[in-house]
Order: sequence, then structure tokens, then C-alpha cells
Amino acid sequence: MSHLKPSVSQADHRAGPEDASVTLVEYGDYECPHCGRAYPIVKRVQQALDGQLRFVFRNFPLGEIHPHAVRTAEAAEAAAAQGKFWEMHDVLYENQRALEDTHLLEYAEQLALDVSRVRRELQDSTYADRVRADFRSGVRSGVNGTPTFFVNGERLDGPWDFEGLMNAIERARAGATRHA
Amino acid sequence: MNSNPLAAGTPAPDFGLPSAPGETLRLSALRGRPAILAFYPADWSPVCGDQMALYNETLGEFEQYGARLLGISVDSVWCHAAFAENRKLRFPLLADFEPKGEVARRYGVWRAEDGTTERALFVIDAEGDIRWSYVSPIDVNPGADGILDALDAIGAVKERP
Repeated sequence: MSHLKPSVSQADHRAGPEDASVTLVEYGDYECPHCGRAYPIVKRVQQALDGQLRFVFRNFPLGEIHPHAVRTAEAAEAAAAQGKFWEMHDVLYENQRALEDTHLLEYAEQLALDVSRVRRELQDSTYADRVRADFRSGVRSGVNGTPTFFVNGERLDGPWDFEGLMNAIERARAGATRHA
Repeated sequence: MNSNPLAAGTPAPDFGLPSAPGETLRLSALRGRPAILAFYPADWSPVCGDQMALYNETLGEFEQYGARLLGISVDSVWCHAAFAENRKLRFPLLADFEPKGEVARRYGVWRAEDGTTERALFVIDAEGDIRWSYVSPIDVNPGADGILDALDAIGAVKERP
């Protein structure tokens, strides 16, 4: 059984209450069509469990098969540095067919980011180490493709459609209550 | 599951298998550095980031231990060549094609009911001994964490660039 390493920390991109009984972690790639399919499903799960679920996103760009994957991950990190990680994350998944640098800068502008800073940080690969560190943690955690989900630190090997995610989260909540 | 994979402590049976049309790779030729054998059921599994594509992305992590990765299935060299080109794989795929599954049988990971190999991993040390083996449920990509943990455990020397 594969476990999340390292566990979720302040360094992660987190949405939802810090004291939620369940944390869902996704390792994803902005250019991966399966991740694109997972994106609205995760949104639905977050809405269904409003206020009871913490969601974390970590980068797992498959750069050999997805030429824009690393760059887009760095763009999301650049947005994070200006406090708009989730906004950029959403825009990228909603525009998976338009991930050239010019598009990334357009999105930065739409989100009212400091575009020249984003441009400079992309040119300098400022967040390459951060993205690579996420990738390495994924490899060490047993990520086996994208997307890979972890529910309270355990890799989800079952389906990740809405019912699959909800069932896994429900099982984890039951477990968390029992151990509390 | 009817397989019985060779366990840690067993010398890895030597073999020579085609790695490309007209080329043969012998396991014993890799002595002196760790080797990873990744048996998998078939080329062309229909997902992004399948097991071989994933390992292609994690080669850099394996290389830090000086370890060589070999993928093995019962597909032919021509099938492997097309698959490797399509997925831009940068490590050899070996064809356990004739006699079919012979190497898989010797490693205890043949699936007679399907005529393919198990989804099985072996980590072999620099002296040619198996130090870790694992058979994953056939439909679960095992990822790379077990391989890296095994390389850590055998004290494979990390080569930091």
C-alpha cells in the first residue's frame, strides 16, 4: 500500500478547512486529459462536502508526453506567489488546449496578476525546483499516473469518478471518527 | 494469483533477450550496477501515464542510484519498437517472445491463463542477486516508490550530479 510522503504541510496548495476530517490530495498535470476530466468531478465533490473536506493539489507533470506540462505547472506556482494559485489552476484546466506561453500570460492578465513578474519568473524557471520537488514526492508516494489521488494519505486505487471519490472519502471519515 | 516470484536472496537467473531488431541484451552484461526488471502484461495499455510511460519520467530518479531499468513483456521486438517510439521511451524493452514467456517462467511471474506476464518488479544488486521482488495486482500500476525504497535499502550508491 502506497502512502503520501511527505504529508500535507504549509508548503502545499490547500483549499478547505485545515481541521477537516478528510484531506484529498491530487497529483496532477495540467495537460493531462484525464486530469481535465477529474477537474469538474473534484469541484463537485468539494461542493457536496462544503466545509468538511480539505483539498490539496501537487504537481506531477509528465513532461515527456505533455510538452506544456512543466511550464504550466510553473505558471500556476507563479500565480501562487501572487496569492492566486487556485484561480490559475482552474483557468488552466478550463483551457487545456491553449497552454502556450502567450496563453499563460493572457491568463495572468485576466487574473490581474503582475504579468511582467510572471513573464520573468517563467523565463528564469523560478519555480522549476518547486515543481520538481512535488514530482519527486509523488514518485516516492507511489503516484502511478495522472491523476493519482490520496485520501488521508492512502493512495486511491479504485475509480475516481464522483461516486468513487465520495465513497473513498466516506470510508476515510468513518475511519477518522473511529480513531478519534 | 498463481505466480510465485523469485524472492530476495536468490541469484537472478541470467538471460539474453532481444532489445531491438537484431540486438540482444544479456542481464549479466549489467553487472556492477543495480538493475530493475519491470515485467508488464502488454504494450499499448490505454491510459496516459501508464507504467512504462511513468518509469520513463522517473528514469532520472533511478539513474541517481546508477540503476538500469529494463521493461519486459511477451510482445515482439517490432511491437516494442513502435510502442517505445510512440511513448518516447528512453530505456530498453525486452521481448520475452520466443519461446514465449520463458524468462517470465524462470522468474516465477508467468500467467498461464492469459499468456502474459504478471505485473512484477525485481530489483537486482550490482552482484546479480535479487534483493526485492513484488507482484502487483494485474490492473494496478505499482508506481516507482517500491523500487526506490529497495534501492535505498540495498545501499545503492547515490550519484548526485
